[in-house]
This record gives sequence, C-alpha cells and structure tokens, in this order.
Amino acid sequence: MGAYLIRRLLLMLVTLFGMSILIFVMLRLVPGNITDIIFDSAGFVNPAAKKKIERQLGLDQPIVTQYVSWISGLARGDLGYAYVSEKPAIDEILPRIPVTAKLAVLALAFSVLFGVPLGVISAVRQNTSLDYALRVLSLSGLSLPSFWLGLLILMAFVHWFGWIPIYKSNTGSFWHDMALLSIPAAAVGFRSSALVMRLTRSSMLEVMRQDYIRTARAKGASDVAVNYDHALRNAVLPVVTIIGIEAAFLIGGLIVTETVFNIPGVARFLVEAIRWRDYPIVQNLVMFIAIVVVVVNFIVDMLYVVLDPRIKYEE
Amino acid sequence: MAVIDHDAELTRAGANVRGFGGALLHFMRRYPLGAIGGVIMILFIATALFADQITSFDPTSTNPRVSLAPPGEEHILGADFMGRDVFARIVYGSRISLAVAIGATALGCLIGVSIGLLSGFFGGWIDLLVQRLIDIMQALPLLVMALIMAASLGPSLTNTIIAIAIPLVPNVARIIRSNTLALREMPFVEAARAVGMSEARIAVQHVLPNTLAPLIVLATAQFGSAILVESALAFLGLGVPEPHPSWGRMLSESAAEYVRTAPWLVIFPGVAISMVVFGTNLLGDAIRDILDPRQRI
Repeated sequence: MGAYLIRRLLLMLVTLFGMSILIFVMLRLVPGNITDIIFDSAGFVNPAAKKKIERQLGLDQPIVTQYVSWISGLARGDLGYAYVSEKPAIDEILPRIPVTAKLAVLALAFSVLFGVPLGVISAVRQNTSLDYALRVLSLSGLSLPSFWLGLLILMAFVHWFGWIPIYKSNTGSFWHDMALLSIPAAAVGFRSSALVMRLTRSSMLEVMRQDYIRTARAKGASDVAVNYDHALRNAVLPVVTIIGIEAAFLIGGLIVTETVFNIPGVARFLVEAIRWRDYPIVQNLVMFIAIVVVVVNFIVDMLYVVLDPRIKYEE
Repeated sequence: MAVIDHDAELTRAGANVRGFGGALLHFMRRYPLGAIGGVIMILFIATALFADQITSFDPTSTNPRVSLAPPGEEHILGADFMGRDVFARIVYGSRISLAVAIGATALGCLIGVSIGLLSGFFGGWIDLLVQRLIDIMQALPLLVMALIMAASLGPSLTNTIIAIAIPLVPNVARIIRSNTLALREMPFVEAARAVGMSEARIAVQHVLPNTLAPLIVLATAQFGSAILVESALAFLGLGVPEPHPSWGRMLSESAAEYVRTAPWLVIFPGVAISMVVFGTNLLGDAIRDILDPRQRI
C-alpha cells in the first residue's frame, strides 16, 4: 500500500508537470498576445510602444525562458501579475474561489441527493413505466445545455416573481449566500444528477444480477431487505467514483452558469482571461483546476479502498 | 444448375430472416425510445440538407422594421434585435451544428483510434507515453480544453471543429486501447502471426475491425457532446463567427436581458439544441444495447 501511494503521488506530479507544459505551449502556439489585442482595438500600431509593452511583460523572451520563470515563480508561490488589472495574479484568483467552491459543493449535493435515490428506484422498478419516465428524465437532463437551463430558471423567476435572483457578494449572512447560490447550483446540479442517476441505475442492476442477491431472495428475505440491505450497499461503491468524474463535469457547467447568473467566481473569470489572453491568469487557473481534478480523483481512489475491503492496491 | 433462393430456404428452415423493412420494424418495437431518437435525427439531418426549401427567409438579412417582433404570422418564431427571422436562423443553424458534430466526432475518433491502436497493440514506451498524455488531457474538463483551443486557434468553422475534436481524443484512445489489449491475446491474432502476417497488417486488418462496436457506441455519445460543447463555445462568444447562424450564439446575443423582454429569443434556440442532443442520446442508448449488451444502462 505504501509503495502504491508513492507511485500514485509521483504519477500525479508527472500529470501536473505535463499539464503545465501543455497549457503553456497551447497558449503560445498561435501568434497574437495581449499587446495585439490592445493595439488592434486602438486602431493604430506604434511598433516601438508595442515592443516596450512586450518587454515589460516578458513576452519578447524565448518561450523556454518564459516557462522556467513561470514554474520557478509557481514553486515559490509567486504567480506573477495579471496583464489586464496589473495586480498580483494571486490577489485576483484567491478572492474568487470561495463563491465557486460554495456553488460546486451545493451542485454536488444536489446531484447526489436527487441522483442516487432516483437511480435506485429506477433500477428496482426496472422496465416499469416509472423506470421509463425516470430514464427519459435523466436523458433529458443530459441533453439540456446548462446555460439554457439557467436562462429558463431566470425566465421562470421573471414570470412568477417579477425579479431576477442576482448574486451579491458580502451579503453578510452565510445562509443568505447559500440560498441565493442554490438557484444556479440547481441549474448545474440537474445535469450532474442525471449522470449520477444513470450510473447508479446501471450499478444497481449489475449488483441485482449477482448470485448472493438470488441467495438472499431464496432464503426468504423481504424485497426491502434485499434491495436496500444487500443490493444498495454494494451498488453505492461504484457511485463513489462518479464524484471523481463529476469534478471535471461540474467545472464545465460552472463556467457557463456563472456567466448566465453573473456570479463573480473563478470559472467566469477564466473565460474573461482567455478572451484577453491574460496568460498569467489563464495558466495559473488551469493549473488550479487540474490540481483540483487530480486530487479529487486521488481521494476517490483512496476512499474506495476504505469502503471496499476486497480492493487492495499493490504493486 | 438450379438457382438456390437462400432467403426462401432459410425461411422454410424456420430461421429468423428479415428484410430491411422487417429489421426496422423489429427495432422500433424492441427499442421504442431509440426509434424516437432516430426520427429526431432524421428530421435534424433533413432540416440541415433542405434548409432553403423549408424557409424562404434569409437567416442573415436584417430588417429594422421588425426588430424584436414577437412570434406571429409572418415570423412564426419571432424576429431578433436586428429583425432577422428566428425560425430561419434555427433552420440554417442546424447546418453549423451538424457540420461541427460530424467533423469533430470523425476527427476525434480518427486520431483517438490511431493512438489507441498504436499504444494498445504495440505497447512498450509508446504505450507509456500515450497513457501519460491521456492522464494529462483528462485532468482538464472538456469545455475548458475546448475553450482554450478555440481561443488560441481563432474563430472559424474549421478551428471550432478542431477545438472540439482534440478534447474528445483521450476518451476514444483509452477505450480503443483497452479493447486492443484484450484482442491482442486472442487466438486469431496468434493464427495471423503464424501464417506470417506483419504486425502492422494484423493491427489494421484483424484488431481494428473488432473495435468497431465500442467505437460506434462511443461515437454516438461524442456526437451529442460535440453539439453541446459547440453551443457552449458559441454562447461564450468563442464559436463559429458571424454571419453563420449558430444556435449557441443566438442565445448569447439574447441572453440575460431578453429573458424579460423577448423570451422567444431564449426559448426556441435552446429547444432546438436540447431536442437534437436528446435524439442522439436516445438513439445512442439503443445502439449500445444492441452492440454491447453487457454495458446496458
């Protein structure tokens, strides 16, 4: 187990290192940096002024030098300066994280609270009309673009209440915050709950075909005992892995939903930074997202060992 | 020499022979949801092909007199701020969605299959390298990857297709690789080797065709997500540029402020996206049930 842990941690580092190179090269692959955008919109180009800004931002140096200075800064906790606001990148990124984190946790809670029970019901009542209805519901959840669902929710608010729930930072009250955020969280979570529901259903059906379930039925255990005591306990295990898949899935939903609801979180900030080619923000935020995804997947794998004693990671 | 009517012989022997029509009927009875999905897909493709016969309006021509006209007799789904007919823009927008979905799925599968086959069949350092590369690409959400690629490649139809295709690669490569690993140990591969076939020929002629079933299942799923990612990119302003009408961009043009003033601009493009993706998902589920019964969800 110890050797496995070390191997796993090393692989995580390799992945993150590879990601840093990938994102760095991808951002610089194509000509055009922030100076081009600024000078394009100004309408005229003074080459000397442009060169000066490029030198200030370090964009005139070879790509390898730029990469090394970014990574060595990262190792010291120095993320550089944002091009657009000219503030330290860390001061731009950190304050935006809590909102997105709250939103993500709420969305995840929403998806598990709805997805798991509905998936179980759908499996237990396999091929009944209830099962068909739930399957169509989950498929439609996967088919709605989450930004459109967000817009529909806004529309419903306008129609019934005459106002739009606008998120304001610093309302002072934690619960007030959460109540406001739960609306966009439902928009993100609906899509994820559809995914959870499908995977729970298939995992549950898989378990219900096992011999020990037949044994339990044969010895006369009641349906409730078989379904919830024997089957569900085993079916929930694979569902835990979904949380790992969800991590990446949710972030995609957050990007568009924060834009729709005008929430000042990191996901919307990433889109703005990409538009402006604000390299320090984009590459640091992408690294942050990659770290979150990799760490969540690592925790899920470890949780798996704890939950299922049959699984042992050995090399 | 007597001509043998194979079908008649088989039918007399009691074999289950169906013509194309019979097979279709059987599919519709066995997979009603899949059949609905199939009908939606046929409608979607027909709309894209015959867009100019379906509507007489030009999706790009503006008319300030009907700016923000609600749905009515002339403009059945209303008109947008610039007075462009919403129905015409949705009809023509299907071409962009179809082009991006087919292009991105085909390109993503082509690259993914090549990489997966190469790394699964030949193994060694190539395999190690590919596995790490897949790990790296999967540490970023599909949409984030597509956003960065779309932004750095610049707005155009081809670039949008590439920006969506590349993030689809790791998924395809991973599944083809794991299938290839299992197929590599099969007796028919050994047999082919025994008769002196070259490794490359075995990989392409014997292993590749056997990965077709999972590939088809995967491709239908990718088709739907390509449409969703395209609409999200367009919504965020990084998709196919003007003057092409794209469903996602119709929503970004209207977005938050038209929620109050012109809801038809928000509702109809979203219905179009959802219907088509719903159709691919329904059809995809049925195809998976047929080709890969073990994975039935």
